[in-house]
Amino acid sequence: MKAEKNKTSINCREALHRVYHFLDDELTPERRAQIARHLDKCAPCLKAFGFETELRRLVADRCRDRVPDELRTRIAAVIDHEHSQRASAGDVTQAAEH
Amino acid sequence: MADQATFAEDTTGFMDSLYTAALRMTRNPSDAQDLVQETYLKAYRGYGSFEAGTNLKAWLYRILTNTFINSYRSRKRHPEETELDDVEELYLFRRMSGRDGAMGRSAEDEALDWITDDEVKAALESLPESFRMTVLLADVEGFSYKEIADIMTVPIGTVMSRLHRGRRALEKALHDFGVARGLVATQ
Repeated sequence: MKAEKNKTSINCREALHRVYHFLDDELTPERRAQIARHLDKCAPCLKAFGFETELRRLVADRCRDRVPDELRTRIAAVIDHEHSQRASAGDVTQAAEH
Repeated sequence: MADQATFAEDTTGFMDSLYTAALRMTRNPSDAQDLVQETYLKAYRGYGSFEAGTNLKAWLYRILTNTFINSYRSRKRHPEETELDDVEELYLFRRMSGRDGAMGRSAEDEALDWITDDEVKAALESLPESFRMTVLLADVEGFSYKEIADIMTVPIGTVMSRLHRGRRALEKALHDFGVARGLVATQ
């Protein structure tokens, strides 16, 4: 069997450098598999990846705001007004539009 | 061709998200409300040109982002507003791991539960606008690099660069909050 040069393993620095690409799923399948194999063998890197995953989740969860009711009402009214304006204009313009 | 009659029903579910994004962009609740309202109105008017079944969320965010850039973005144009100092990779992780936190727990247990909502929002809002918006679209709203590139009308490479640098800057900002509260050891 022909000896293969071991091109398929990467070191910690190379893995950590791609942590965001990995989490964003923006890697080729080969590269992704390469990093996954490294994480299988390297507890410190796995911890780093886990930390960054948690941090992304934190940012997503903690940045939630709710629309104030009065804004919902205001927007609904504005759209409604726009809609009725179009509806009344529609008698005249409908033929032109279609 | 989408139907304006169903506009309200189709789009109401996105209003909280759009408002969240508008708050981070404008950093001002009053402007954020106006921005969201203007976005919905523009979206309504243009709904006939939206291809039903395609990515409605991305379409709405594109309108929000364009409206923000054209109408609300800081007109002061400080050059430094677009600059961001390079921050080391894994900034927060490196400073939290391998040693006990101020609370005497190991980094594994410490997790990130000490960070408050306000700190996350403030940290995000501390970033210059283009970095802030990129991190927001990726990490808060879950858009892909390609979707963000379409929304912000920049190349994918630019998205990636801004996102990575923005995230690192965010981590540094969170670290600084932690230090200020005595919960993270300074290095």
